[in-house]
Amino acid sequence: MNRKQKKMLMRIIAAALLMIVLHFMPVTGLLRFILYLVPYFVIGYDILIKAAKGIKNRQVFDECFLMAVATIGAIALALTSDGDYTEAIAVMLFYQIGEWFQSYAVGKSRRNISELMDIRPDYANLEVDGRLEQTDPDEIEIGSIIVVQPGEKVPLDGVIVEGNSTLNTSALTGESLPREAKCGDEIISGCINMTGVLKIETTKEFEESTVSKILDLVENASSRKSKSEHFISKFARYYTPAVCYAAVALAVLPPLVRMLALGLAPAWGVWIYRALTFLVISCPCALVISIPLSFFAGIGGASHEGILVKGSNYLETLAQTRYVVFDKTGTLTEGVFEVSGIHHSTMEREKLLEYAALAESASSHPISRSLQHAHGKELDRSRVRDVQEISGNGVIAKVDGHTVAAGNDKLMKRLNIPHLDCHEVGTIIHLAVDGAYAGHIVIADRIKPHAKDAVSALKSAGIEKTIMLTGDRRSIAERVAQTLGLDEVHSELLPADKVELVETLLKAKPGKAKLAFVGDGINDAPVLSRADIGIAMGAMGSDAAIEAADVVLMDDDPMKIAKAIKISRKCLRIVYENIWFAIGIKLICLFLGAIGLANMWLAIFADVGVMVIAVLNAIRALFVRHL
Amino acid sequence: MKKTYKIEVDCANCANKMELATKNTAGVKDAVVNFMTLKMKVEFEEGADPKTVMPEVLANCRKVEDDCEIFF
Repeated sequence: MNRKQKKMLMRIIAAALLMIVLHFMPVTGLLRFILYLVPYFVIGYDILIKAAKGIKNRQVFDECFLMAVATIGAIALALTSDGDYTEAIAVMLFYQIGEWFQSYAVGKSRRNISELMDIRPDYANLEVDGRLEQTDPDEIEIGSIIVVQPGEKVPLDGVIVEGNSTLNTSALTGESLPREAKCGDEIISGCINMTGVLKIETTKEFEESTVSKILDLVENASSRKSKSEHFISKFARYYTPAVCYAAVALAVLPPLVRMLALGLAPAWGVWIYRALTFLVISCPCALVISIPLSFFAGIGGASHEGILVKGSNYLETLAQTRYVVFDKTGTLTEGVFEVSGIHHSTMEREKLLEYAALAESASSHPISRSLQHAHGKELDRSRVRDVQEISGNGVIAKVDGHTVAAGNDKLMKRLNIPHLDCHEVGTIIHLAVDGAYAGHIVIADRIKPHAKDAVSALKSAGIEKTIMLTGDRRSIAERVAQTLGLDEVHSELLPADKVELVETLLKAKPGKAKLAFVGDGINDAPVLSRADIGIAMGAMGSDAAIEAADVVLMDDDPMKIAKAIKISRKCLRIVYENIWFAIGIKLICLFLGAIGLANMWLAIFADVGVMVIAVLNAIRALFVRHL
Repeated sequence: MKKTYKIEVDCANCANKMELATKNTAGVKDAVVNFMTLKMKVEFEEGADPKTVMPEVLANCRKVEDDCEIFF
């Protein structure tokens, strides 16, 4: 509780006590009126002042004005009739309790959510003359050496120059498994160092570091308002004045009709009381507070799971997603090529691999790297001479004096060497040594461990169609699609084809169903921004993805796509629940008030009670761990 | 030019009203008030000086919501 809230609580308690005391005091007439004014002013003086200022500034239709008119009216009615002032004071008292609760709940959830996102490092340890000095991360220049001790947050992005440790990345990725880090590894800010002391050479300034970017993104997320939020602020703008005019009409018209047309007593008191009840019901706070709070809680909860949503509007779109388009490499597959088989080798398999690795050693192509990786030993480049690269075919080189040709079937045809086709799917490297066929090596991209589960999770979350796009060959693409159970696959696409294809899909789908594109953000930025919603995966440290995508998944796990959709659905469900609940109850109470079935007490429930329930419901959006 | 300011306001509806009031201030191109983070993002028009515009913004906000505060 802050100072303001404490003061308000004291006023609420004081006013409540005064009312109880007054209830048992047998005073009547003017003295009673004056005594009852004491708790009224104790609890409501600020509302009255605000209402007066509002009138002065020509901002009549606000809640304070409504409450002031309603309570003063109720007191005036009590003065002329039965002298029961409790109702007027109770209205003010409960209104203030509601306001107090709202400010307390919002403050509390604001703190909760910021705690969830508490990844901001407070200091960095700079080594100065052999001693550690705590410095503001903002002041550290690129290339400085900082020390991160066990238990501390990594304050800036950098490269480890000394030490080994395990890192807890859960604040960034939602992944609870710790990650190993050793000398030479890149490290990103926001991780928590768990075991060893690390010395890090910084590669980015604080402002450019991952942690600042993420914080900036999440903090600005709720500024991008969703359609429901726009609807609510518009609704509030027209609703309050409309209810005020309706209240005036309710106070004036029926008595006039009774008097002039029906010849009955006007019963001013009854109708004014009904009009006042109307005013109390009319406050739009329940809606105005709970909708942004739901979105804020949803975004906060998602970010704790390693899913960054860049705005409330994207949360809304995500909830309507029916089509999910994947890029293959890096999204459904690891994007890391591995030797998956060596066939028909005429020599020892190790030997064949060595020849292939040596022949390809001059190239930095991923294929060459995976060959070297599979070979596993240090390569002696001096054994290779006369490397001749034949673009689109492969290489021919002299290794230990033997002529080694390594490449695809085109190379074999070119050299007129009969080769054996492979039944396995992947990239095939045929080898010929001294003009004789020596076998082939299969290199394939590995499917991510959770990819299959992720696709079926999407299906059970109600996604109608899953589509895969890839630049890879048809046979590979179809094999992957079949293994994962995808509905549609388009292969051998250039980046520009992907944009075109997504555009065709966007045109073909029904207007309400949204299309999400999931990519790794490295070369699919145009598609990410073209789709209704772009989701970038494995974005830890990739600036391009954070820029281009609307939703950023911090780790590589495709399961998070279904989770993100579920979180958005839960959040939106809460938003709609609150809209229908709040508007529904208010309309019912307004109707009951107009026909005289609702008294002030019900009106207070319609205002404060609905608000409290809506706020509590909104906070539910924060709990998304087990979705 | 865009600038972000910390604000203090009690209710969400008041924050909406502040946003509208800020948008209608001369020299302000666009404004977003974020009640949840208690921040206000103001985009100024070309050539407008935040130092002269912001007191105007505060005055206009005070008109719609008496006890709001903008820290600039």
